[in-house]
Amino acid sequence: MLNYVLRRLLIALPSLLGISVVLFTVLALAPGDPFEELATNPNVPPEVRMALRAQFGLDDPIWQRYLHWLGSMLKGDWGFSFVSRINVDQLIGQRIPVTLAVIGASQILALAIALPVGILAAVKPYSWFDRIASSLAFVGFSLPTFFTGILFILLFSIELGWLPFVFRADLTETGWAWWRENIKQSIMPVAVLGLFQAASWMRYVRSSVLDVIRLDYVTTARSKGLTERVVINKHVVRNALIPVVTLIALQLPQLFGGAIVTEQIFRIPGIGSLLIDAILRNDTPVVMAVTFVLSALVILFNLLADVIYGWLDPRISYR
Amino acid sequence: MAGSTPASAIASQPLGKATASVSPWAEAWRRFKRHRLAYWSLWVLALLALAVLLGPLVYKVGINDVDFKARLAPPSTTHLMGTDDLGRDLLARMLYGGRISLAVGVAAMLMALTVGVVIGAVAGISGGWVDAALMWLTDLFLSLPQLPLLLLLIFLFREALKQMFGLELGIFILIVAVIGGFRWMPVARLVRAQFFSLREKEFVEAARALGASVPRQVVRHILPNSLGPVIVAGTIDVAAAIIAESTLSFLGLGFPPDIPTWGRILYDSRDFMDIAMHWALFPGLAIFITVLTINFIGDGLRDALDPRRVL
Repeated sequence: MLNYVLRRLLIALPSLLGISVVLFTVLALAPGDPFEELATNPNVPPEVRMALRAQFGLDDPIWQRYLHWLGSMLKGDWGFSFVSRINVDQLIGQRIPVTLAVIGASQILALAIALPVGILAAVKPYSWFDRIASSLAFVGFSLPTFFTGILFILLFSIELGWLPFVFRADLTETGWAWWRENIKQSIMPVAVLGLFQAASWMRYVRSSVLDVIRLDYVTTARSKGLTERVVINKHVVRNALIPVVTLIALQLPQLFGGAIVTEQIFRIPGIGSLLIDAILRNDTPVVMAVTFVLSALVILFNLLADVIYGWLDPRISYR
Repeated sequence: MAGSTPASAIASQPLGKATASVSPWAEAWRRFKRHRLAYWSLWVLALLALAVLLGPLVYKVGINDVDFKARLAPPSTTHLMGTDDLGRDLLARMLYGGRISLAVGVAAMLMALTVGVVIGAVAGISGGWVDAALMWLTDLFLSLPQLPLLLLLIFLFREALKQMFGLELGIFILIVAVIGGFRWMPVARLVRAQFFSLREKEFVEAARALGASVPRQVVRHILPNSLGPVIVAGTIDVAAAIIAESTLSFLGLGFPPDIPTWGRILYDSRDFMDIAMHWALFPGLAIFITVLTINFIGDGLRDALDPRRVL
């Protein structure tokens, strides 16, 4: 198992490097210049601008700039935000916990819905329950997150007035009240993301369980006299989950997209809204670092999926 | 799977009485019609497309005509979908925006399919290190966080393309290229897998034995037989591209404010949600219905084009 994890790690590293190359190339190819403002500012003489360019190494060949950038990223020197006037790593450190909390909670919600519903639908295929669940799933993943977010706000904040629609990071309450407020303001973003995920996962779980439930070993388990509950939970679900884990891992990059949208709708001060702000304000170091962090997170979660995969199906880790 | 499907649809039919031969497309259409929801979705979508294409010819209200007497007006007989904060007619804007949203969806799908089919076909027919390199590239693209990169690319290249092709066309090209450029990977994988299995089949071997060149084998024999899943993936891609475009517009990084796509109308309505609910509901519903019908059609096509499935 350890061997297997190490091997996956060795495969993940080149991907991370590849992503960093892609990101850097995109940025280097892009028109525009971080010192453009200085160029149009008449108070800055051209010599100063040239000196600045040389100091920041903007005139070096591109591979040298890439290596330089990569080196400082590895050393933990992620640059300085032009807009917020603090170090980028600090800025990201402030923003990332909220994002991870919202994403994590929504994933748990999605699993808590998708697993039981998908399994029940597959155990009795084409029953009423299956039909209703499948149709709802279809509707669920055809509803874009930005529209569900708006519908939720219209219904729960404006019509009913139950939930706040602006997420506040600076709650004044302490203790239990703080928790209550935080949960109250997280319900809608978590539900928007979680329900969307649940809709597509439910379909995966259903079709995967349907594939497994017809296999001979399930019939064997039943004919041994095991109860239906044991057959489903112990024999079917564990094997059915293997392809589901892969599909979930493949969908992770999209999840961050959904998180960016929800953070924007509910004004959550997470890493997604940081990215949008940075893009709109031309804050290149922050844009670079956030995109890189998001890519690294995707690769990390893929690695995690591989490990779970190896645990679910021991044959894989011995290959 | 423990045999619940017969080996082929014909196996169970009595031989002898020759059935009239139908073209594969007619057969696919017959099977498609079996999927009720998909069939009706096709009609709804066709109606929607027709409305968007011909609507502006019939409904002659300009998208920028301002009616100050009816600002934020709810739906009425003069403004069937109400108006926005400047008193512009929402129906006219919706019809105009629908053209762009649908065009972006179809164009991005074509782009994704072209890239995907080419990469998948090259990988599938060459094998060896070409295949390994292309699949590494595909996996790399699959693990990129798409939306952040989409935003980054649009932010960086918007000005340059605007100057080259003009405002509307420049952004259109950029958005289509970027969305299409991030959706080819599943198609490439599908095509590659199909090629791997098809190129070992007897009919391809027969063509090879007859001296068909590799391009001819691919174009005449392998590619047409691998199209089924590609068509399904393409259908779903249209929906995904429409969502992607709306998302970009919704984040304020898609088309500029004077071009009302559905996502953009939704974005503009955000600050008036409490007083003008209709403004947010119509574009949202339009996106939802389009995406839902396309997804149903994709589902129907999946059933119709799967030769192993008896319908």
